[in-house]
Amino acid sequence: MAVAVLIEHLQKSYGDVCALKDISFTVNQGEIFGLLGPNGAGKTTTIRCLCTLAKPDGGKIEVGGISAIANPKAVRNRLGYVAQEVAIDKVLTGQELLELQAALYHLPAKVRKSRIAQLVEVLGLTDYINKKTGTYSGGIRKRLDLAAGLLHQPEVLVLDEPTVGLDIESRMVLWNFLGELKQAGTTVLITSHYLEEIDALADRLAIIDQGVVIDEGKPSELKDKIGGDRVTLRIREFTPQEEAEQAQNILQSLPFVEQVIINTAQGNSLNLIVKSEANTLSQIEQSLNGINLPTFSLAQSRPSLDDVYLAATGRTLMDAEIAAASTRDTKKEKKQQMK
Amino acid sequence: MVATRKINSALAPNPRITEQKEITSSPVGDFIQETLALTKRLFIQLQRRPSTLIAGVIQPFMWLVLFGALFSKAPQGLFGNDLSYAKFLAPGVIVFTAFSGALNAGLPVMFDREFGFLNRLLVAPLASRYSIVAASTIYIIALSFIQTAVIVAASAFLGAGLPGIAGLSAIALIVFLIVLGVTAISLGLAFALPGHIELIAVIFVTNLPLLFASTALAPLNFMAEWLQVVASLNPLTYAIEPIRYLYLHGDWAINSIVMSTPWLNINFGIVILILLAFDALVLLAIQPLLRRRFA
Repeated sequence: MAVAVLIEHLQKSYGDVCALKDISFTVNQGEIFGLLGPNGAGKTTTIRCLCTLAKPDGGKIEVGGISAIANPKAVRNRLGYVAQEVAIDKVLTGQELLELQAALYHLPAKVRKSRIAQLVEVLGLTDYINKKTGTYSGGIRKRLDLAAGLLHQPEVLVLDEPTVGLDIESRMVLWNFLGELKQAGTTVLITSHYLEEIDALADRLAIIDQGVVIDEGKPSELKDKIGGDRVTLRIREFTPQEEAEQAQNILQSLPFVEQVIINTAQGNSLNLIVKSEANTLSQIEQSLNGINLPTFSLAQSRPSLDDVYLAATGRTLMDAEIAAASTRDTKKEKKQQMK
Repeated sequence: MVATRKINSALAPNPRITEQKEITSSPVGDFIQETLALTKRLFIQLQRRPSTLIAGVIQPFMWLVLFGALFSKAPQGLFGNDLSYAKFLAPGVIVFTAFSGALNAGLPVMFDREFGFLNRLLVAPLASRYSIVAASTIYIIALSFIQTAVIVAASAFLGAGLPGIAGLSAIALIVFLIVLGVTAISLGLAFALPGHIELIAVIFVTNLPLLFASTALAPLNFMAEWLQVVASLNPLTYAIEPIRYLYLHGDWAINSIVMSTPWLNINFGIVILILLAFDALVLLAIQPLLRRRFA
């Protein structure tokens, strides 16, 4: 399969903050590739380097075999970019914005009108296109931005956190649309910190954390690789600490249980990693009965992408989000990016 | 996704078009296309949000009326033989208005930077990113011409008289030259400074001081010696004095002496050359600022 985007040993620092330490991944032609990681992991910086908005300090970026560092203009011709925060000129109508965009990509006058009309129809923007963009809802803005990014029929469409701030319905519309886009042959690179999103959409993904790629592959491959099943146990709706610890002790002695963690954030529920065997749940229930503890809920599941992330970094994506939110100075980062 | 879904060709990539475009495109044609599109955007903004233009026309009108009234009882002949202050003031207001407008040219670009709209332009395969600068310059110059026309008409009404066609063309040329240089400075700052607060601060500390340190409101020989020197180095003075000469003399020529600085007398042709040199100097000076951003 031909390689659409190649990124190798990408490095980038802003001042003394190292945003990207070592990022490498490849996106194959015609697939939806997901870049998953918590906020502040380096997703947006990677995308900024790819879209020629930032110059990397080191490493290689190629789109369709063309270097983004040596030949940025050729790469701009081949990429469509949908930024995280849609920047639209509120005074312009959607039509005017698309016409501006078409001129910036040098679409000939002959095809400009028909191309815009085509995308307006496909994206269901007909009712909005002659209204000022300042009146648009978040979902409509995103659709307009998608149309803008696709006007020049790019080989790769890059979307940075496309569903942040969207309502559920708009999110579903976008997911379906990305499926159609793939069907038509456009390669899609999407970043997200939503596990479900990448799990549902991506053919392959890379997980990045603190400027490094932790793992890359198909979602099913990554999940199989860490192995085992996950069991979530609630003794009561809100379990007292000592009961949880009691249960932890007894369950750790079971032969098929590999690890038991008390999740204080979830009312002292217990998270277990177990070997994939039959009857694990009933054996857990029996052990609890043995020390006179009830079971409020008990569920077994295959590992999720969050477990992949947890196994590699020792923390859940949610914890990483919270940690990042408290240490990050987003205002400063924005200033850095403006330079 | 659903395998049976009909493939939508509108969403298909078209690498052949891209390659074709790269072979056949002409950089000059592309540059014109993108510059015109960006300029059009600025004019649509102006049309839908005309308050800046309205304020930009009302303000010089108020300068004319208020400053005119301020000095209306100045002793007869103070500004020269039988010269009314209105006639003296008009050129100062023309240049100062054009200058203020040009000084603000960087603000829309700064806001585009802050709101991320500039990124939309920077990820596009522009023939040259100087089209962003060119569009702003065209827009500001057009705006200055509108303002200048209004001031010329208003001051004619207030008794300043009206230069001939050649004189008006000369005014247009001078306004063009001063606006070009100052717009370039402002755009350079819009890329160099960290945000709009800083840009507004710079505009604030340069705007009025440069007005008072020029011959807009009073002739050189009214000023303290040191201010005469400052005013003689101020580019605004080099725009004001020739326009004032045009207003006062129907019979001007390239070699007419239009201003007398403390160190030498300067004729019309030299003034134009000095303004050209100012523009060239500024355009050269902002290159590193733009290149850092546009490389």
